[in-house]
Amino acid sequence: MASMRDIKRRRSSIQSTQQITKAMKLVSTVKLQKAKNRAEETNPYFNYMYQTVISMLKRSGTIRHPYLSAGESAKKAVVVITSNRGLAGGYNSNVVKLVTDSTFQKDEVKIFAIGSKGKDALERRGYEIAEDYSTVMEAPVYEDAAAICKQILKAFQEGEIGEIYLAYTHFKNTVSHEPKLLKLLPVEFNEEDSTEDSNILMNYEPNEEEALDLIIPKYITSLFYGALVEAAASENGARMQAMDSATSNAEEMIGDLSLKYNRARQGSITQELTEIIAGASAIS
Amino acid sequence: MADNEKMFQVQVITPDRIFYTGEAEMIEFTTNSGQIGVYKNHIPLTTVLAPGAVIIHEAEGEKIAAVHAGFAEILSNQVTLLAEIAEWADEIDVGRAEAAKKRAEDRLSAKTADIDLARAEFALRKALTRIDVKDMK
Repeated sequence: MASMRDIKRRRSSIQSTQQITKAMKLVSTVKLQKAKNRAEETNPYFNYMYQTVISMLKRSGTIRHPYLSAGESAKKAVVVITSNRGLAGGYNSNVVKLVTDSTFQKDEVKIFAIGSKGKDALERRGYEIAEDYSTVMEAPVYEDAAAICKQILKAFQEGEIGEIYLAYTHFKNTVSHEPKLLKLLPVEFNEEDSTEDSNILMNYEPNEEEALDLIIPKYITSLFYGALVEAAASENGARMQAMDSATSNAEEMIGDLSLKYNRARQGSITQELTEIIAGASAIS
Repeated sequence: MADNEKMFQVQVITPDRIFYTGEAEMIEFTTNSGQIGVYKNHIPLTTVLAPGAVIIHEAEGEKIAAVHAGFAEILSNQVTLLAEIAEWADEIDVGRAEAAKKRAEDRLSAKTADIDLARAEFALRKALTRIDVKDMK
């Protein structure tokens, strides 16, 4: 049986771990609240953008545009959004798994990493990291998304990459987050997604192709931005859950150890008493 | 003179918030091919925004904002501006805009090879728009 001192030491160490996980849980709860609000505020912009682009593309079936067809290069750019910090349960590894379990060949993938956890994990597995924008994840703003988008689109236009994918964690609600892999370019869409009636004959200024030229980058930027904001919310949600279960596990362990400690204490008292009585009876 | 027949829905949406939503009689804004004013029953049109002032003529008066980059979708009874940046006249920091204007002008006049001309020009236009909108108020 472990000595009283050992148990005591173990228990106090778990107690201080519990204090840390508890504090982290509180911090991520507050951060989640903020991130969630931001994600919700971004939604109308994103939805409208999506609808507009879909309705444009529906009517532009005949237009040949570089953004609408795959480039010649076989390289695929994958933008992987993870966090810079760990202790968030399966949050980071789920996104990484999405890439490693996909049908992509390792040598045809170029990773554009946002978030150092995902970057490190993919680098270890031998993927090519083209670019690392991990600092963005600290506080995602629209300008960052625009800058990244510009750089990747440039690579697309110059033929370095043929397709662009986005791997991130979709924020469904506080407790449920879903890792997602989206194809950004060439643009694809579901016919059913469009709710607008297509009877309206839309006009474009200056003309359709130029409008597409300008609007599609904005559309992709808004996707990036939406993904960044949602990933930030998911990260904090995942961390909150992980820390919550860590705290309750610690609670359980402390209870268990307290019981053991008391039993050991009781045992040592009993032993002492037996020794004294035995000693006394030996003398008399 | 709020005449319900003439009113239409206006929405200005930015990535961070729904900037404005309401009814207006007329809206003026700047597109890549020049300034336009839109009344009700305009033909359906999608156009790209240039940095400039947006003037929303409501029943009780007008509202002025600065909008930089984005696009507009005009339908017969609804106008939606999707703007990357939008700010009301009283939110604009003129000091910052003046500084940005000077910076952009310096960069343009320096004419060194490594400057991004388009970016500097865009920055200059943004700064000028902000100053203009502030003056209009």
